[in-house]
Amino acid sequence: MKASLEKIVEQTAAKHATSQGGLLPCLHEIQAELGYIPNDYLESIASAFSLSTAEVHGVVSFYHDFRTSPSAQQSIQICCAEACQASGSRELEAGIAGVLGVEFDETHPTDNYRLERVYCLGNCACGPSVRINNDVYGRVDLATLPQLVSEAVQS
Amino acid sequence: MKTILYISQDTTAVAVGADRVATAFVQAALNAELPYTLVRNGSRGAFGFEPLVEIEINGRGRMAFGSVSVADVTSLVTAIADGEYEHHPNYLGSVDDIDWLVNQTRITFKRCGEGDPTDLATYCALGGYRGLERALTLSPQAIVDEVKDSGLRGRGGAAFPTGIKWQTVLDAQGEQKYIVCNADEGDSGTFADRLLMEADPYQLIEGMTISGLAVGATKGFIYLRSEYPRAQKMLERAIDVAMAEGYLGADLCGSGQQFDLEVRMGAGSYICGEETALLNSLEGKRGVVRAKPPLPAIEGLFGKPTVVNNVLTLASVSSILADGGAEYARHGVDRSKGTMPLQLAGNIKNGGLIEVPFGISLDKVINEWGGGTRSGRPVRAVQVGGPLGAYLSSDQLDVPLTYEALAELGGMLGHGGIVVFDDTVDMAKQAHFAMDFCAKESCGKCTPCRIGAVRGREVLERVVDSTASSNDLILLRDLCETMEQASLCAMGGLTPLPVKSAMDNFPEDFGVTDNQYEVAV
Repeated sequence: MKASLEKIVEQTAAKHATSQGGLLPCLHEIQAELGYIPNDYLESIASAFSLSTAEVHGVVSFYHDFRTSPSAQQSIQICCAEACQASGSRELEAGIAGVLGVEFDETHPTDNYRLERVYCLGNCACGPSVRINNDVYGRVDLATLPQLVSEAVQS
Repeated sequence: MKTILYISQDTTAVAVGADRVATAFVQAALNAELPYTLVRNGSRGAFGFEPLVEIEINGRGRMAFGSVSVADVTSLVTAIADGEYEHHPNYLGSVDDIDWLVNQTRITFKRCGEGDPTDLATYCALGGYRGLERALTLSPQAIVDEVKDSGLRGRGGAAFPTGIKWQTVLDAQGEQKYIVCNADEGDSGTFADRLLMEADPYQLIEGMTISGLAVGATKGFIYLRSEYPRAQKMLERAIDVAMAEGYLGADLCGSGQQFDLEVRMGAGSYICGEETALLNSLEGKRGVVRAKPPLPAIEGLFGKPTVVNNVLTLASVSSILADGGAEYARHGVDRSKGTMPLQLAGNIKNGGLIEVPFGISLDKVINEWGGGTRSGRPVRAVQVGGPLGAYLSSDQLDVPLTYEALAELGGMLGHGGIVVFDDTVDMAKQAHFAMDFCAKESCGKCTPCRIGAVRGREVLERVVDSTASSNDLILLRDLCETMEQASLCAMGGLTPLPVKSAMDNFPEDFGVTDNQYEVAV
C-alpha cells in the first residue's frame, strides 16, 4: 500500500513538474487520487519540482482545499457567505449539527462524509446553498436538509 | 409536430431541480408518444423562474414555463400535446414577451440561454467569432484603440480602463506575454462570471484570443475557482472544440497567428481573486499578494508582461470588436460606459442576472425586477459590490448604479453584486462577519490586514455580545482607518467599508445610544 502511494505521488509529480506553474495542478491530482496529500511525500514532490520541502508545505497549507490527512471521500459544504446569510444560512449553520449529527470540519461517525463551511458557491439568487460532493442545491433549510443528505450521500 | 424542449444545465437551475425536471419530461414525453428533442441550454439568468422550461413547437417562437417542478410535468406534457398550454399555471408567455428579460439591454449575455453552450455552430450562428474575424484584419494598435473607444472598464471591481491596460502590455518589451483571465469570482452575491462561462464559454475564449492578438500574447490562462466545477467542464469542452476547429492553437482561422488557452483551478482561497495573488497562485506558489509596482502589465505572470482581466471584461471585447467600440459606448452614462450585469441575490423574490445600461436606480432593480424580498418583509439593508462593498440602508435605494454615484455614497459598484437583507438582519453580526472573513482569508503579507482583521473581529465580538464600551467603537474606527490607509491590497483596504457603513447607517445595531455615539464618532 505504502509503495503504491509513493509511486502515485512520484508519477504525478513527474508529470506536472515540467509544466509552468504545475505545482497546484499536481497537488489537485494527488488529492483527487488519494483523498489527501500525505505529509510523508512532500519531500518527493519538492524534489520533482526542484523546491524545498518547506516551500511545498507552504503551498499545501495555504490553500483551504488541500488536506494532509486522510478524510472522508464525500463532503457536505454549507455556504456561509453574505447572500446565503440573507436568505437563512445562519439558521442552517446553527442547527445543522443537531440535525445531521456531525460538527463542522469533522467526519460523520457513521456516514462517509465531512461537514465543511464554504464561502460562496455562485448560487446566490437561490440560497441558502449546499454543495454535496459536486452537486449544488438551492433554497435548503433545516427541514429539507436531512432528506437531501440521505439521497445524495452514498453510504 | 416537432417539439424542442430547452431546460437549463446551469448550476442554479440544477440546484433548484432542473435535472429532475428534465428526466421527468423525457419520461412523460415518451409515455405520451410526443416527439421531442431535449436541449440542455445555459441559463438566461432569470433565476427566480428556474427551473425554466422553454418549448418550441414547429419552429415557432419559444414558450416559457416558470418554476416547473416534477409534479407539474405530466400536466404540462398533456397541455402541450393538446395545444392548450397557454392555460397552464406555469405558463409565462413567449420568451420574447417576458418583461424581466426584454427590459434588459443584453450585449454580453445576449446568447446565454439560447442553446447548447458548447455547440460552436450555435455560437457562430448567433454572431459569435465575428469579433475575432475582424480583429485578425486589424493591427494590434487598432484593436487596442477599438477597446479604448468603447470606454470599457474592468468589470472585476476596480473599474480600470481596459484599453489603457492593454496599451501598457502592448508597449512592454518581451518575447513572451500572457493573457490571464481572473475567473476567481469569490464575492458572495456575484455569479455573472459563472453564468457566462456555463452558458456562453466561447465568448470568453474569443475575447481572450482577441486580447492575445492585441498585445502580442500567444498563451492564456483562465484561473477558475474550484467551487465552479460545472464552469470548468464547460470551458474545457469548449476549448477542445475551439482547438479542433482552428479557433485556438497555432494557426488561428488560417491566419498563421497563435493563441493557446488553458484552464487552471484555484484551491479555495478568496485572496487569489486579487490579481497579484492570482499570478503567484498560477505560478504554483502561495497566493500571497505582491507589492505594486511593478504592475502586472509590465512584470506579471512568470515576470512577463501580462493582461489580467475579469471574465466579463474579456467577454465584452468580442462584441466590441464585432460591432465597434463606438456602438458599445452608446450605452451608459458619464464615464460608466456600456452595460453592467447586475446580480440580484440574497433575500430576493426574483433574483438573477440583469444586464442593463449604467445609471438605473437600485430601488428599481430591487423592487421592479426583484419583486422585493423573498420573505415578504421590508428591505432593511443592501450590500452592493460584494463582501467588500458598503451596506446601504433602505433610504439610500434611489442611488443610480454607476461607479461614480456609488463612490459618492462611500460605497462601490464592484463586480455588480447586490445582496438584499430584510428587517431581521443584525448589522453588528454582518460587520463581525466582514472582519472574521478578512481574518480567515488574509494572505498574511501585510500587518494591517493580518492583525487588524483579528483585532477588529475581537472588538465586534464584544459588540455582538453587548459587552462593548464606547471606547471599543473608537478603537474599531481607528483600526478601520489603519487598514484602509496601510494595507497592501483591496482586501485589507476595503474590509472597513462594510464595517464602517454598517456602523454609520445602522448605529442602533451597535448598542450605541445617542450620547455614546457622539463620543464614538
